[in-house]
Amino acid sequence: MSKQIPHFVAPVDSTPVAEVDSVKLGDKPGSLWRDAWRSMRRRPLFYASAVIALVFIVMAVFPTLFTQVSPTQGCSLQYSNAGPQGDHILGFTRQGCDIWARIVWGAQTSLAVGIISTVLGSFLGVLFGIFAGFYGGWIDSVLSRVGDIFFSIPYILAAVVVMSVLSEHRNVWTISLAIGGFAWASVARILRSEVLRVKNQDYVMAAIALGRSRFTTMMSHVLPNSLMPVIVVTTLNLGLAMVGEATLSFLGVGMDASVMSWGNDISDAQTTLRTAPMALIYPSIALTVAVLAFIMLGEVLRDALDPKARTR
Amino acid sequence: MTASEPLLSIRDLTIGFSTQNGFAEALHGVSFDVMPGETVAIVGESGSGKSTTAHGIINLLPENGKVTGGEVLFEGCDLVKLSRNEIESVRGREIGFVPQDPMSNLNPVWSIGFQVKETIRANGIATSKRDVEKHAIDVLKQAGLDDAERRLGQFPHQFSGGMRQRVLIGMGLSATPKLLIADEPTSALDVTVQRVILDNLAELTMLNNTAVLFITHDLGLAAERAEKLIVMYKGNIVEAGDSREILQNPQHPYTRRLVAAAPSLASQRIQAAVEHKTVDEPGGEFDLALAAEERVHEIDAEKHDSTPVIEVTNLTKTFKIRRGNFRSENFTAVNNVSFSVAKGTTTALVGESGSGKSTIAKMALGLESITSGSISIEGADLASMKRSGLMTLRRRMQPVFQDPYGSLDPMRNIGDIIGEPLRVHKFGTASERSQRVRELLDQVALPQELFNRYPNELSGGQRQRIAIARALALKPDIVVLDEAVSALDVLVQAQILQLLAELQSELGLTYLFITHDLAVVRVIADNVVVMQKGEIVETGPTDEVFGNPREAYTQNLLDAIPGANIELAV
Repeated sequence: MSKQIPHFVAPVDSTPVAEVDSVKLGDKPGSLWRDAWRSMRRRPLFYASAVIALVFIVMAVFPTLFTQVSPTQGCSLQYSNAGPQGDHILGFTRQGCDIWARIVWGAQTSLAVGIISTVLGSFLGVLFGIFAGFYGGWIDSVLSRVGDIFFSIPYILAAVVVMSVLSEHRNVWTISLAIGGFAWASVARILRSEVLRVKNQDYVMAAIALGRSRFTTMMSHVLPNSLMPVIVVTTLNLGLAMVGEATLSFLGVGMDASVMSWGNDISDAQTTLRTAPMALIYPSIALTVAVLAFIMLGEVLRDALDPKARTR
Repeated sequence: MTASEPLLSIRDLTIGFSTQNGFAEALHGVSFDVMPGETVAIVGESGSGKSTTAHGIINLLPENGKVTGGEVLFEGCDLVKLSRNEIESVRGREIGFVPQDPMSNLNPVWSIGFQVKETIRANGIATSKRDVEKHAIDVLKQAGLDDAERRLGQFPHQFSGGMRQRVLIGMGLSATPKLLIADEPTSALDVTVQRVILDNLAELTMLNNTAVLFITHDLGLAAERAEKLIVMYKGNIVEAGDSREILQNPQHPYTRRLVAAAPSLASQRIQAAVEHKTVDEPGGEFDLALAAEERVHEIDAEKHDSTPVIEVTNLTKTFKIRRGNFRSENFTAVNNVSFSVAKGTTTALVGESGSGKSTIAKMALGLESITSGSISIEGADLASMKRSGLMTLRRRMQPVFQDPYGSLDPMRNIGDIIGEPLRVHKFGTASERSQRVRELLDQVALPQELFNRYPNELSGGQRQRIAIARALALKPDIVVLDEAVSALDVLVQAQILQLLAELQSELGLTYLFITHDLAVVRVIADNVVVMQKGEIVETGPTDEVFGNPREAYTQNLLDAIPGANIELAV
C-alpha cells in the first residue's frame, strides 16, 4: 500500500514526560486500620451506633451513674404496675420495682453474656478455622466435619438443652458457654475460606522461603490478614448473643430468676401484657436498641475494612 | 461514501470518571481517524487511556465514566449522541468488540453454542432455528476451531484460553461489522498461541475488509499487526503515524523511551550487535540493548570461572490429580531435567504455561518436594538436607515472585517487610537491622522515608523493588526470580531489569530467572534453558540459542516474539 500516513508528533509541553515510576506519597502513612478509621469517621451511622453502644457499656459498668433507685430494694407491691411518678420515670413492674432501674442494672447481664460468649465463640472459631484452612488435608477434613455438626444444630435449641441440664448452675458463665459453645461454627467457616485465599498469596510463600516455620508464618502473616471478616461477624454475633440470652431467660432456662436481666423482665411482664404492657415494652426496647447498635457497628466496620473500597 | 473518507473519526474526545476525590478527566481531547479496512493500533502503558478510548467509542464505559466532550463519528453519525437503544443496534452489528480476558468473558454456565447463537440472534443475522445453527457453526469454523458441530455443545471450561479467545473473536466478527475493536485480545495467552490467533484475525478481517482498532501495551506487537500506530500517554496522543516510521524514527521523547524499553525490539538490536552491525540507538534513559551489551562485554572480559552453584540432575516431579471415585492419576510436571547454573551468571528457564518452569523454581527453593533426581546448591544436596541445613540454604538463596500486589503483606509496613528475613535469622540488634533496611532501600533506589509506609501506597514496580530488597537482605548468593518482571509496564520493567543487572555486577549475584517472555531473556540471561511440557528442549548460551536455534520448538518461540520480524533501521 502506498498510501501516505501523516506522522503526528504532539508538542512535548502538552504532555510533559514524567520520571518513570516516581514515588508519590500521601501525607500520612496509611496502615489498614488507620485507613479504616478514616473512612469510618465520615459515616454518621458510625457515630450513632458507637455512641449508643458506648452508653450501654457505661451503663453496665457504672449503673449508678444512670439511676439512684435500687432495682431490688424497696420494691413494694403497693406500686404494682403503677405508672411513672417522681423519680420513677418509666413506672413500676408487677412486683412494684422501678422499671428504669431494672433496665439499667440489667444491661450488665446482657452485655456480659454477649461479650463472654462472643469471645469464646470467636476463639473457638478462629482456632478451628485457621488450622483447618492453613494445614488442609485430613486436619481440615476432621475439623470441618466437627464444625458442620455444630453448624447443623440450631444454637438456641442446643443452648436450651445445655441450660436444662445445667439448671443448678444458671449464671452468666454457663449461659455464655451454652451460647458461645454452639455459635462458633460460622466463624470457623468464614475464617477457613479467608485463610484458603490468603495462604496462596506470594507473601506467605516468601515468608516460608526466607526461613520462617509454617506455624509462625501462619500466626504472623496468615492470621492477621484473614481476621477482618471475623471481626465484622464478631460484632454481629455480639448482638445475636444478647438476643440469645434474652430468649433463654424468656423461656425460663436462662438466668436464675433472682438475677436482673432484660430477658427475665420481659418474661415476668408477659403475664400482665394486657393490663400493663409498658413493663414488657421498655426492656424490649432496651434490648432492641442495644442489639441494633452492635449490628450497625458491624455494618460500618465491614464497609470500612472492605479492601475493594480502599482506593489508594 | 468513498474510500478516502474515514470510517471512524474521533474529534477532541474527552472522558472523565467520578471518583471519591471528585471528577477526574482521564482523556484530554483525543482525535484520530480509522479508514475502512485499516488496522490501527493504540499503544500505551496502564493508565494511558487506551482502553478508555476504546470503551468510550461504543459507550461501554463503567457506571462512573462519562463522555464530557468531543464527538465519535462513525460513518458520519455521532455515537456519543445516540440513545441506549440506538447504540445497541450499532454495537455488534456495525462495530464488533473482542474483550481482553478470555477466561471471564464467556459465561461458564451456558454452552459455547448457546452463547454464539445468542450473539447471532441479537445481531439479527439469522432468525430461524436452522439458520442460526448453521451460522453458529460457520462462526466457529472461521475462528479456526475444528470439529465445530461438536464444539457447539461444549462448555467454556472445556476450552483452553486460546480457544476461548477464538470464540470471542468469532462472536465479535459474526455480524461482519465494519469495525472491530480488540482490547488487548491476546495479552493473557502464550506467544505461540497469540501469533496463531492474530494471524487468524488478520485473515478474517482482510477477507471482509473490516477495519480493526487494536489496543495493546506491546509496541512490537502493535507495529507488527497495524499499519498505523497511535501512542498514548496520560490521556493524550503523543505520537501517531505509520508504524514502521514511528519505530525507526520516534520523535516524541516518550515514544523514544518506549522504543528503547521494549524488550522485543531490544532483543533484535542485541542480535544485530552480536553480528557486528551498527544500529541506531533510539536514546532514552533505559536502553535495554545498551545495558545488555555492557553485560556481555563484562562477561567476555572475565571469562567467568564456571563452578556451578546450582546443579539440577535428572529432576522429576509428579503430582497426583484426583479424578473422583477415589481414583487418582499421576501428572508429570517436570520430567528428567538436568542443567547447571554457573556462579555470577544468569540462567533463564523459558517456556509457555504448563512447561514446568515454575515447579522447578519452587523445588529449588525447597517449597515443593522433589519426586526423584536431585538439586544441589553449592555441592549440598537439597533433598537430604535437615532443617538447619535448609535454614542456611535460605540465607543464601532468596526468591522474588511475580505478582507485585501479592508478594508484600499488606498489614506490615515496608521496614517490617524488608527486615523480616533479618529478624527470622536473628541478624544483629534492632538498630543494626533498621540500618540494614535503610541501606537496602538505597540499594533498590527507593527513598528511606518509605520505612514507615505501607505497600498500598506504592506502584507495582516499587513493590517489586521492595520484594528485591527483601530478597537481598541476608546478602544471598542466588536469587530466584519467578516471572519477576512479567506483570510490569514496559518502562518499569526496563527499569527493574536494569536494577537487577546493576545489583548482579555489584554483588556478584547468581540469578535463576523464570519467564515466559523470550524477549526479556535475550536482554538479561547468559544461558537459556528452553522447556516444553516438563522437558528440556534446548539449552545453551543465550546468543547461540537465539542466533542459531537447533530445535523447531525454539525457532517457533523465537518467531512468535512480537515485532521480531520488523526491519528496524539497520
